[in-house]
Amino acid sequence: MKQLVVLPVVLPLLAAAFSIMFGRWRSVQRCVCIATLVTTSAISVALLIAVDRDGPIAVSAGGWAAPVGIGLVVDRLSAIMLTVSSLMLLGVLIYAIGQPGAERNHVGFQSVYMILAAGVAGSFITGDLFNLFVSFEVMLTASYVLLTLGGTRERVRSGMTYVVISLLASALFITALAFLYSATGTVNMADLHLKIAELPSGLRLSFAVLLVVVFGVKAGLFPLYSWLPDSYPTAPSPVTAVFAGLLTKVGVYALIRTQTLLFPQDSRATTVLMVAAGVTMVMGILGAIAQDDVKRILSFNIVSHIGFMVMGLAFFSIAGLASAIFYAVHHILAMTTLFLVGGLIQHAGGSSRMRELGNMVRSAPVVAVLFLVPALGLAGIPPLSGFVPKFGLIQAGFAEGHYWVVGASLVASLLTLYSVVKIWIGVFWSPATEPPSGTPHPVGRLGGPLLMVLPTMALFVLGLCVALWAGPLYGLCERAAEGLLNPAEYLKAVLG
Amino acid sequence: MTVVLAFAAATLFAIGTYLVLQRKLSRIIIGLALLSHGSNVLLMSSGRAGIAPLVGSGDLTDFSDPLPQALALTTVVITFGVTALLLALAFRSFLLTRDDEVEDDVGDRDVARGSWRDKDLADGDEAELTPLPDESDEADGDTRSDVDQDLATYAEFVENEGGR
Repeated sequence: MKQLVVLPVVLPLLAAAFSIMFGRWRSVQRCVCIATLVTTSAISVALLIAVDRDGPIAVSAGGWAAPVGIGLVVDRLSAIMLTVSSLMLLGVLIYAIGQPGAERNHVGFQSVYMILAAGVAGSFITGDLFNLFVSFEVMLTASYVLLTLGGTRERVRSGMTYVVISLLASALFITALAFLYSATGTVNMADLHLKIAELPSGLRLSFAVLLVVVFGVKAGLFPLYSWLPDSYPTAPSPVTAVFAGLLTKVGVYALIRTQTLLFPQDSRATTVLMVAAGVTMVMGILGAIAQDDVKRILSFNIVSHIGFMVMGLAFFSIAGLASAIFYAVHHILAMTTLFLVGGLIQHAGGSSRMRELGNMVRSAPVVAVLFLVPALGLAGIPPLSGFVPKFGLIQAGFAEGHYWVVGASLVASLLTLYSVVKIWIGVFWSPATEPPSGTPHPVGRLGGPLLMVLPTMALFVLGLCVALWAGPLYGLCERAAEGLLNPAEYLKAVLG
Repeated sequence: MTVVLAFAAATLFAIGTYLVLQRKLSRIIIGLALLSHGSNVLLMSSGRAGIAPLVGSGDLTDFSDPLPQALALTTVVITFGVTALLLALAFRSFLLTRDDEVEDDVGDRDVARGSWRDKDLADGDEAELTPLPDESDEADGDTRSDVDQDLATYAEFVENEGGR
């Protein structure tokens, strides 16, 4: 099993190199990349099963022992995230191949996409804070390129904001690392867990808040989210789907990991996180209501729902964390499906503005169904996948006595329903009031090209599976949360 | 030594923060570069100072801490790459808009315009959104057409070569 740990990072990087070499043979390039992501998904599932059975697996890269060398660690949380993300990356890649646009016009798309996959996997499996920074940068640099592919005016404008904000957050991350290193003399997360506990409490708290700010920018927490709805919607739909589904969740993952593993109970930034989560939920959803563009409504929805996950983290209880992890799984699948459907809508209707779209329930009924179910799931309508984690979060909140933030989350859920119903009425039910600004494509019974509809359906079905097997999955999330709050197994795996 | 480094980092941070808050893209990029330099200097100063950490060249306790140096090297490379990308983006942005001012979020303006449509605010926004300044400035005529030429050639290039 130990040998498998490095593969989710190494394989995509090799595939990236390969697809540059085979740039002239597009079908070879595509086959290599799809095969790589299939393999990565299989490895992730294998790792998930092994880790759930035997506890965390740690590997020291280069053979240097733990606190000195670069440690790669897979525990339940990282295995869950790894599995969901590689399945979702696979689906989106097939969608991108099917869609006329980014992937077809740019020979570099596949390799940059693979580098993004490697960066995401690296962020999930690293056991070293500096390596987390490097993985973040690998992922972000790939995302800068994907966002600005083609270099149209709109993309350059929004890409610029995104790059500048991310670079600023990275500089802050380095600063945090420098302070942490000079205070503790280590960047290994397991070692930091032991050494931070010896620091004075004020220093610990300031480190905790500094890391919340660093990862809050990446995750899109309340005062730091303004770049997100501005930059995401301009990218091609598959790219937006990856960003929406994954990149913010990597930020949430880093928040969960650092806040639980590095800091002891008394110096966690609980209040900061709780307030930020509450305000993020409400502000994000209010932003969504004001918009007229499908992709922008969905982007503001991402912001709002980041608040739910951070709220679960801020409870620092097993139920809260388990629900937050479950929520991340549900949100990755639901958000990706919705953005892929957004791409289908744009393909069929020639626009993503609601006033230029209409009556699509007749012209593309399959797309309508593909939209409605995850959208209702996002709002938390009972049998669907969003209900379980929301219910868990509310229960955890009441158990801890945080009534205000739970109230805010309920308001945000209700308004989520309003915002997705607004899309439903604007795009699918009511007639268009203006002619579309782009060119609508004629679509058959499926509502789009087969390769675009199939992966969307696959992710849709995966979302339904999450709802169907919510019990076992919640059990797994609960075990992951236990491992986070009581990291004895993690420490033993890393430090021996 | 550490005090000097701390002062250097503080100065870089101060200038960088000031520049990042400007409206012109070129200043923002310089500001970001300075900010990252500041954090790199900070990273350098986070370890113990001493002689070069080469095995055999001295006593272990005299060595400087090599880890922050390795970390700083990595971050320097990363910052270098991203800054290069940012410069390329800024150049493209200049080619496309003929200005290095950072633009507002178009979608936000759109929403604002939508809700104020009846009140004729739209015209004001529309005027602001037009990409090119009017061609009244005679002296700039030549350079403009040069840039236009470049832009046209570039657009053609992207059109033809992008697909391969």
